[in-house]
Amino acid sequence: MYPANVAYHRASSVAEAVELLAENEDSKLLAGGHSLIPLMRLRLASPASLIDVGRIAEIQGISVCGDCVCVGALTTHSTLASSCDLQSACPIVPEAAALIGDPAVRNRGTIGGNLAHADPASDLPTVAVALGATIKATGPNGKRSICAGDFFQDLMTTALDDGEVMTAVCLPAIQAGQGMAYAKMLHPASRYAVVSAAAVVTVEDGRCAAASVAVGGVETAPAKASSVEAALTGNALDAGVIACASAAVADDLAGDAIDDVFASGEYRRAMAEVYVRRALTSAAERAG
Amino acid sequence: MQVETKISINGKDYEGEVEARTLLVHFIRDVGGLTGAKVGCDTSQCGACTVHVDGVAVKSCTMLAVQADGTSVTTIEGLADDGDLHPLQEAFWAKHGLQCGFCTPGMIMAAAKLLEANPSPSEEEVRHGLEGNFCRCTGYQNIVRAVTEAADAQKEGAE
Ligand SMILES: Cc1cc2nc3c(=O)[nH]c(=O)nc-3n(C[C@H](O)[C@H](O)[C@H](O)COP(=O)(O)OP(=O)(O)OC[C@H]3O[C@@H](n4cnc5c(N)ncnc54)[C@H](O)[C@@H]3O)c2cc1C
Ligand code: FES
Ligand code: FES
Repeated sequence: MYPANVAYHRASSVAEAVELLAENEDSKLLAGGHSLIPLMRLRLASPASLIDVGRIAEIQGISVCGDCVCVGALTTHSTLASSCDLQSACPIVPEAAALIGDPAVRNRGTIGGNLAHADPASDLPTVAVALGATIKATGPNGKRSICAGDFFQDLMTTALDDGEVMTAVCLPAIQAGQGMAYAKMLHPASRYAVVSAAAVVTVEDGRCAAASVAVGGVETAPAKASSVEAALTGNALDAGVIACASAAVADDLAGDAIDDVFASGEYRRAMAEVYVRRALTSAAERAG
Repeated sequence: MQVETKISINGKDYEGEVEARTLLVHFIRDVGGLTGAKVGCDTSQCGACTVHVDGVAVKSCTMLAVQADGTSVTTIEGLADDGDLHPLQEAFWAKHGLQCGFCTPGMIMAAAKLLEANPSPSEEEVRHGLEGNFCRCTGYQNIVRAVTEAADAQKEGAE
């Protein structure tokens, strides 16, 4: 279907995008368009105007400085998947980005759009929560930082205000002794995540000193698996410990689970344990 | 809202005012009169609309024409070189890589970028690279054969 009539403004800077958002009622930012345009084609979204941020150079690209990798909001999934800098500084991000949709989707879709859209079937929100990423935004009242754990509030609902533009995502760089991995059950047609898990483990003297695990696709926002993390900490990450800890994910997913024609809530919960186990097994191996 | 938009398609400029909501695929088909790129779905999944925008494979149903303002687009009609079919076009013909042909323009445009990035793909890599393109007729076997054949032909051509 054709999208409904819409006005169009192209912003050449973040400041201009913030101004245009304030000036135009019922306006939406347009980045890669690979979540928004499908919704507009189905008339599930019909904003009065679009503010195109797709050409703003200042929010594109990847830079590593010390312990932080700063990724511009407009960086495409293809760029994430093929970045050597990210591969060495934060390898879970290229691993997950390469599993998004298909090559043409990855060529247009952006990390900022993916996080702002907050679809529970998306990949990068789960990764951002496990990493403890920080989201940078600019609005009429200036700049602020939001940690990923507070960012995803509900189905397609984030902590961003209507007038704010996400400018960057800051990812903590991998440390010595750390291993990180993403495991995803792909929907066979759309390739979105039915269930997914992201895990970051830190191993010191053969034992797990810290773990961070997030689960996507089960609840309306990525769920932090604190019971799993607690069951890992202090233990050697062998298959038995990982299996036991993964089973604890049931305690972290006590809320309502997404239930649709493709996968029931019960099935998603059962698969969460499997994918947490797979992500942890790879992460532990990589931690060495 | 009407927006002045200029897009070069297969080396020829098309310029005019379009409604902001116009999808690139409709610009190509209705303004450009080039009907190779197809609209096969409403959900951005089928890939029948795949074209190259500034050298990158894109689903033209999921990009507004105004987003493509100032770019160079290549469609299936622009792939042949002065009447000589592209190796992929030859191979789809020789290996029966199509039946109804609806998916073929998008399939070939996606495959062209796949071969550019990886000139000797394995069968698995071909299947993986064409994940965004659906075919409802062939069962994919002959499409994979065609892409592999085109890869071989391109290598021979280069030698
Ligand atoms: C066929 C298909 C398969 C897909 N498969 C997957 C998959 O497997 N995994 C996955 O994770 N995703 C998948 N996606 C979604 C894809 O990753 C999208 O690209 C992404 O979710 C949105 O990014 P975008 O740049 O296209 O955003 P847009 O569609 O342009 O925008 C999405 C939303 O974010 C807002 N927004 C965009 N940029 C900003 C910003 N800088 N600041 C504030 N708000 C902003 C917009 O206003 C809009 O509400 C798929 C999409 C398609 C079409
Ligand atoms: S028409 Fe189906 S993906 Fe574009
Ligand atoms: S040949 Fe008919 S859809 Fe592919």
